[in-house]
Amino acid sequence: MGELRLMKGNEAIAEAAIRAGCDGYFGYPITPQSEVLEYLMAEKPYETTGMVVLQAESEVAAINMLYGGAGTGKMVMTSSSSPGISLMQEGISYMAGTQLPALLVNIVRGGPGLGTIQPSQADYFQSVKGGGHGDYHIIVYAPASVQEMADFVKLGFDAAFKYRTPVMILSDGAIGQMMEKVYLDDPIPRRGDEEVITQCPWASTGRPMTREHNILTSLDLDPAGQERLNLRLQEKYREIEEKEVKFEMLDCEDAEYLLVAFGLSARICQKAMQLARDKGIKVGLFRPITLFPFPKKEIRKIGEKVKGMLVVEMNAGQMIEDVQLSVGCNIPIEHYGRFGGIIPTPDEVVRVLEEKIIGG
Amino acid sequence: MTEEIIIAGFGGQGVLSMGKILAYSGVIQNQEVSWMPSYGPEMRGGTANVTVIVSDERISSPILNKYDTAIILNQQSLDKFENAVKPGGLLIYDPNGITRHPERKDINIYSIAAADEAGRMGLSKVFNMMVLGGFLKLKPIVKMENIHKGLEKSLPARHHKLIPDNEKAVTIGQDLIQPVHVL
Repeated sequence: MGELRLMKGNEAIAEAAIRAGCDGYFGYPITPQSEVLEYLMAEKPYETTGMVVLQAESEVAAINMLYGGAGTGKMVMTSSSSPGISLMQEGISYMAGTQLPALLVNIVRGGPGLGTIQPSQADYFQSVKGGGHGDYHIIVYAPASVQEMADFVKLGFDAAFKYRTPVMILSDGAIGQMMEKVYLDDPIPRRGDEEVITQCPWASTGRPMTREHNILTSLDLDPAGQERLNLRLQEKYREIEEKEVKFEMLDCEDAEYLLVAFGLSARICQKAMQLARDKGIKVGLFRPITLFPFPKKEIRKIGEKVKGMLVVEMNAGQMIEDVQLSVGCNIPIEHYGRFGGIIPTPDEVVRVLEEKIIGG
Repeated sequence: MTEEIIIAGFGGQGVLSMGKILAYSGVIQNQEVSWMPSYGPEMRGGTANVTVIVSDERISSPILNKYDTAIILNQQSLDKFENAVKPGGLLIYDPNGITRHPERKDINIYSIAAADEAGRMGLSKVFNMMVLGGFLKLKPIVKMENIHKGLEKSLPARHHKLIPDNEKAVTIGQDLIQPVHVL
């Protein structure tokens, strides 16, 4: 039946993790996502479901704890904010190379460097183009509401285990800090040892006499072997691109112009869309929900029907590159962004739409 | 019905909790709500504000630059948000500490001397609820019985003994609010 609550986005992630049967959380506090760890510490799931909650000594320690936990087939997660996620990149690359499932949460703040604690979307490139070294991707979900913060935890764990890959929830300080209604699923019990062994035959769960050792590593000094691994990874990413794309379209049926935005920007664009439609401008909204895999085909298709697109991001123009690569036809595609923790207003979006796309 | 509200004042005045009680009350009567606080340095002294939206429909942007109602508790917030009230909208302010009063002629302006009254009655802690009471008299977007339930939900159990004082403050606030400029 589930349960209705009024929660902050960060709290919803923590509660959804407990309910998803998560085995372990490892993290280090940083604004604006500290409520994830604080909520878990207050709820004490280690006394109820047995879920481990541990404040590591640093982000580097936390991601390596995740690597260890994931290697045993356990359902493990971490959360941090931009500077902390940068520190974790080496570990994320290792996990991608070793093909380990884990859930990462990035509640983005303004950068670069230590930046600000206000919301931003400037970590798009880092999240969808690899982030660490080597040829890899992780699946990236971009929630636009507190409900989706909760929903994408279970979705993320499922995808992580299905494809043996790290999965990221890419959100921002505003969605992390704001409260909305959220329907929480009923709790799922944590998997027992037998279930883990059956579900994860690749994991280091103790060697029975019936098979050789499972070796989990990203290291292969033989280039031919390393190329085979890379080919396997690429095959996996193509399958993910084929099967896991998620997006939302609002008022696109009669749209002459299109706003393209993810996460918080998409919420702002919804309001902008209402304001523009009040003025008689036929505008729709395309919201990628998975940033990798990017909804290439879908946006290409709608690109054939509209006169122009405005990509709105809280960064200097990152997702717009994927939009431009996807849309084949020759229509104007412009960007509007605010940076460093400043959030664009719905009025600004309408004004830029009128100036750059409709008037342009 | 969609009501877009900004509540702004000093950190510690109960700005965020006023918004929270309103949001909980909206949830209880099955409406869509969003509660978007300012967070960070301003919470630790200085100004604090929260955007609360209560609606019968799916809420689009939780962050706004124009509001149906502004509830203002200090001068800095008045300076910042007076012009953010939609034409025909509502501005409620507590004149305590205000040196430059609101000047707009295209909105409804009410004052509520809640800080003074709460101080006089020894109810300083629930000053924010007097202001909420004043607002609800003008715009009864949530029912009083749901404010009671909202208080139960948003206050930790150890503070439930304060609920009667909070409710008393809401009632006082309804009598305390005064028109300044009405369209």
